[in-house]
Amino acid sequence: MIIRLAPKRHSGFNYMLRLFLAGFAILCACLTANAQEGGLQPILQNHQEIIAKSSRKTIKPAIDAIATSGLPQAQAMLETWAAKNMWMRKTDGQFFAAEKAEGRSYILTDFDTGESVGAYEKSNLKQLKPNSGVRAMIATALVQFQLSDPDRAKRLAALQSIQRDPEGALLEPLRASIDGEPDADLKVQKHRLERLLTIGYDEDSAARVAAIEEMTDDLGVDVRAALNPLVVTKRQAAVEQPVDLNVAKMLIPGSTALSRDDAYDLLVANNLATPRVTSNDIRNALAGNINGGRVGGVPVAQLDNAAARTRAYAALAEAGTVPALITQADIDAALDPHVFFETYAEPSPEVTTAAQQALERIELKVGLNQTLDLTLDAISLASIYFLAAIGLAITFGVMGVINMAHGEFIMMGAYTGYVVQQFIPDHTLSIIIAVPMAFAVTFAMGVAMERLVIRWLYARPLETLLATFGISIALQQLAKNIFGTQARPLTAPGWLDGAWVLNDVVSISYIRIAIFVLALIFLLLFLNITNRTRLGLEMRAVTQNPRMAGSMGINPGRVNMLTFGLGSGIAGIAGVAIGLFAKVTSDLGNDYIVQSFMTVVVGGVGNIWGALAGAGMIGFLQKGIEWMNPSNTLAAQTYMIIFIIIFIQFRPRGIIALKGRAAGD
Amino acid sequence: MSALLEVSGVSVTFDGFRAINNLSFQIGNAELRAVIGPNGAGKTTFMDIVTGKTRPDEGRVIWGEKSVSLLKMSEAKIAQAGIGRKFQKPTVFEDQTVQENLLMALKNMRGWLRVLFYRPSGDDFRKVEDLAAEIGLKYELGRKSGELSHGQKQWLEIGMLLAQEPRLLLVDEPAAGMTPQEREHTTEILVQAAKTRAVVVVEHDMEFVRRLNCKVTVLHEGSVLAEGSLDHVTSNQDVIDVYLGR
Amino acid sequence: MDHSFIAKNPSVLVFLTILSLFTLMVTVLSEGFGIGVISTSFVKTLGKTLCLCLIAVAMDLVWGFTGILSLGHFAFFGLGGYMIGMWLMYERTRLIVVESLAQAEIPPTPAEVVDAIGNQIFGVVGSSDFPLIWAFSDSLFLQLALVVLVPGLLALIFGWLAFRSRVTGVYLSILTQAMTLALALYLFQNDSGLRGNNGLSGLQNLPGVTAGQDMVSIWFLWASALALGLGYLLAAWIVSGKFGSVIRGIRDNEARVRFLGYSVEVYKLAVFSLTACIAAIAGALYYPQAGIINPEEMAPIASIYLAVWVAIGGRGRLYGAVIGAAFVSLLSSWFTGGQAPDIPLGFYAIKWVDWWQVLLGVSFVLVTLFAPQGIGGLFDLWANRRPLDRHGANLGPDDGALREKEATE
Repeated sequence: MIIRLAPKRHSGFNYMLRLFLAGFAILCACLTANAQEGGLQPILQNHQEIIAKSSRKTIKPAIDAIATSGLPQAQAMLETWAAKNMWMRKTDGQFFAAEKAEGRSYILTDFDTGESVGAYEKSNLKQLKPNSGVRAMIATALVQFQLSDPDRAKRLAALQSIQRDPEGALLEPLRASIDGEPDADLKVQKHRLERLLTIGYDEDSAARVAAIEEMTDDLGVDVRAALNPLVVTKRQAAVEQPVDLNVAKMLIPGSTALSRDDAYDLLVANNLATPRVTSNDIRNALAGNINGGRVGGVPVAQLDNAAARTRAYAALAEAGTVPALITQADIDAALDPHVFFETYAEPSPEVTTAAQQALERIELKVGLNQTLDLTLDAISLASIYFLAAIGLAITFGVMGVINMAHGEFIMMGAYTGYVVQQFIPDHTLSIIIAVPMAFAVTFAMGVAMERLVIRWLYARPLETLLATFGISIALQQLAKNIFGTQARPLTAPGWLDGAWVLNDVVSISYIRIAIFVLALIFLLLFLNITNRTRLGLEMRAVTQNPRMAGSMGINPGRVNMLTFGLGSGIAGIAGVAIGLFAKVTSDLGNDYIVQSFMTVVVGGVGNIWGALAGAGMIGFLQKGIEWMNPSNTLAAQTYMIIFIIIFIQFRPRGIIALKGRAAGD
Repeated sequence: MSALLEVSGVSVTFDGFRAINNLSFQIGNAELRAVIGPNGAGKTTFMDIVTGKTRPDEGRVIWGEKSVSLLKMSEAKIAQAGIGRKFQKPTVFEDQTVQENLLMALKNMRGWLRVLFYRPSGDDFRKVEDLAAEIGLKYELGRKSGELSHGQKQWLEIGMLLAQEPRLLLVDEPAAGMTPQEREHTTEILVQAAKTRAVVVVEHDMEFVRRLNCKVTVLHEGSVLAEGSLDHVTSNQDVIDVYLGR
Repeated sequence: MDHSFIAKNPSVLVFLTILSLFTLMVTVLSEGFGIGVISTSFVKTLGKTLCLCLIAVAMDLVWGFTGILSLGHFAFFGLGGYMIGMWLMYERTRLIVVESLAQAEIPPTPAEVVDAIGNQIFGVVGSSDFPLIWAFSDSLFLQLALVVLVPGLLALIFGWLAFRSRVTGVYLSILTQAMTLALALYLFQNDSGLRGNNGLSGLQNLPGVTAGQDMVSIWFLWASALALGLGYLLAAWIVSGKFGSVIRGIRDNEARVRFLGYSVEVYKLAVFSLTACIAAIAGALYYPQAGIINPEEMAPIASIYLAVWVAIGGRGRLYGAVIGAAFVSLLSSWFTGGQAPDIPLGFYAIKWVDWWQVLLGVSFVLVTLFAPQGIGGLFDLWANRRPLDRHGANLGPDDGALREKEATE
């Protein structure tokens, strides 16, 4: 970035002048309909040599001349050139648009008249192939034409190109094009872009300050991108206080802002002091001055410690063979007569002050909005955990059965979605079918597992854990054998693509919203099943007292089977949802199993609200920790788990705990 | 005679249900006491509070000559202080032999390092044999306690309780599921034990209580309804209304 | 050990004899010291298996005897490996660095040597400074102490937190699993100071030892066998006395032990920490034979496999744990190593590399359902000892007692 901007900065004045001239030229062009009587070809011929050479370093005058000619045909000519369709006739060095005819001949067309001048053999022609650098310059020159192009798409493209790569030269053409803009939407965009370019490139400080103040309420990333370069500072050192520089602040060596060592390094960088002799320098100097097994009178074998090396080096320095060591006294003496300060690259103090203030205000707003964004993220993560854990909350929470294969049920749901998509290409329809299919598959699987394995182990929770773990590794390997190890795509329907964008800071993807809605639906569904249906009643009865429930005519086996199937089926649906945004692999379940258990344990067992509270807490906690330590998701997870372990200390039964005698033992 | 255990003004609430309501209770150094009352009267909860399993919401539980509060002590510390408890269901370690069960209960240091390096002395073996003889399990010492009959398990647990040499025994329905002869023997053991220490027996069986021939406390809805000899409480109109009359 | 202990536990003597014979036999058949029938790499596999047997003994002590299904003991195993790995890697790099710096014109200063070692070790994670946790890596003695101290301390802190709040059963298992996951995730970071997912490597080269791997592998086999023998003896001694009685009591009915006046938490903590130390020692012997350690090894799944071994071998009996670990891990490496022949079914050939895990999972379920005693149960059949038939109920008196039946009569 800095390298690219550097040349512009150096030729600041020159550049302003040209800018002015360019604006003036356009003005003239508008006033006098046909300024260049001779047409384009004479201009091209004026710069014939550099055009033929097409080097980024030298081409600028030619492009400027063409762009400022005010000729309507200039746009077509520039486009032709950029598209590598401009050829030179070798006989007279004139330039034409060329079109391939039969054989090796090309038909040439004059830019000014638009008429064909006949076909020529390729051997008589030379194709101009501007490199990417030159093409970029041509594109910039073209922007002023495109900004007023009748085609809306071209105008939009031109605007976007300016946004991508703002440049002072584009300010005037942009301003000129605003009034004539017929499209209201584009007009707003153009106006906004004009303000941003004004901030960065207008020559009048007052206009820039006004533009900055106008944009203060804007949260756009582009506004910050326009403001940030204005407040970039650079540390400098000088013999005396500068007068003509825009100083941000003075620095005192030895303060926290500038340590004495840094200050000295700054002096060295500005050629105001001699460089320090590093330990590496000493070593090299000593190695280069070995004399009969000794350096400066010290035997080489003794040079294995810093003190001896310093002694030897001092001896060498005394003899004048090497520069002297810089001592603390030298540093003090060097720092004393100098002043240290930070300067803005931007020369105008009004602009930097205004930019500084504007950025502060924007930062505050951005901070608030980021909090909102983080909250949305956390809610979305919480709903994913809730979805993953809700099945577990039923099997573990209600039945007390720990199911280590729960993660594999999620995986099976995701693979079901994938398989359905292989048969039904329409994504919306396939998802609609996949959801009940996934439920059916995992429900059947859950029922089978309950009947075959878990039923026999109700009194032995730890062995249930181990047996279901065995099922888990078997299922994982089976999935690997069937679907392979690479990730399978489960594509979301088109209407779930994209994101709901509130502003440049706050946005949330539609998939996440859908998952949130799905989580809500499940919560309501679950509440409805447990509280309103016969199954729910029997489920609660069997949970609380199986023998009593049995004597009331409830078949506990059947209820357990259905409850387990329900929990597993919900895991399958969660799998479809998770598969939409995560990679579908055979170890998909592993990523969710521990978190799901955490959710249930932290929330409190035996209660759907517990799972909700647990998911909420873990979701917010994880996002919160990630926000504090943004570089590192791994660390965030580590700290979260440690937090949970400590949390369990204070609420061993979770956030929403059962009270009373039942909880006693 | 100063009280060995003094419970005063204790209340405990489970989920809004007041299981114990301002209960006060005292027992002396060598005393046998029967606690009776209808289901849900708070008999088991009372024992839970004394042994530290349940923490009361309010009230005091004072123990021994030094008048220490039991409320801040862990279950293990309370047991070490000299309170032994027998559960309603016989709870012995079924996977271990009778001898191992009794050795574990035998009064000795409870610290883990002491236990790790502990090897039973001849004295310990003798004590175990004496106890086994007393509870009628002399010839079952080498058997796994899981193989014992229900009554034998009850006795083994009483034996373990005695091995702890506690100053206060809390016994929850010791005679449940026993034959008449076994009950008689249990009564003897309890009466014998009460000569040197305090014994609190929770029991439903009036015959059994009558045979104990001791002071009786009637609990109802978490507090003491009546106290005195069995004849005294059985003639109390309140007791007849809530317990006996039903 | 006194006479009565061995006399009361004849299985210990049998085990030690078999272990000695096995070690002797491998030595005789090895390339380094014997006739060369067994390849060096297989000797290493056997040595590693002995280490796995040792951690299985620890697992049996904590799970089979005390009833704490810890899903975190492989974390301690890995930590032990890391601790010894730090010294091995530091010392070996130091020797290489010193040798290469000796070629320079000027002898290096100590600081230069340390810098060069740091560059060598941490270059792979884009750093060159020694993190604080490497402070003792230059001392073999201190690192050996840390092998036991670090996992022991971690177990002590974690156990204290967990047991104090009376987290038991499945909850405790999940909590230990979370601890393992947290540790593994932490080590996966590059700035954890232990080289992130690169782990520590080159551990098979003992610094300053010129003997070939064929000799070194046998030394490690001996060391592993010795550690297993001592660990087994210690575990057998612990469970044979009153301490064993108490911890089995805790497994079967924690509350009852508490009312007998034993401080259950302290006992659990003691067993948990002690077994963590045994696991760490096993790890410290395992990883120099494996040559490399990385956080992948400490993933929660490894600890679950440990539980699988012990369960298949038969928990609650020490030789069961050893048999389970040896049997399953050797079988696993045989199947996954591609040596097992494929089974052609005509339409599909079963490749054991793909299907071994399925077989393991299914057989594990079957063992849990139909043979809770595991392979060790076969010895009971042989000795004609039958366990009590409790109709699948757990060992606790609450569910296993006959009271209900009698009370209703």
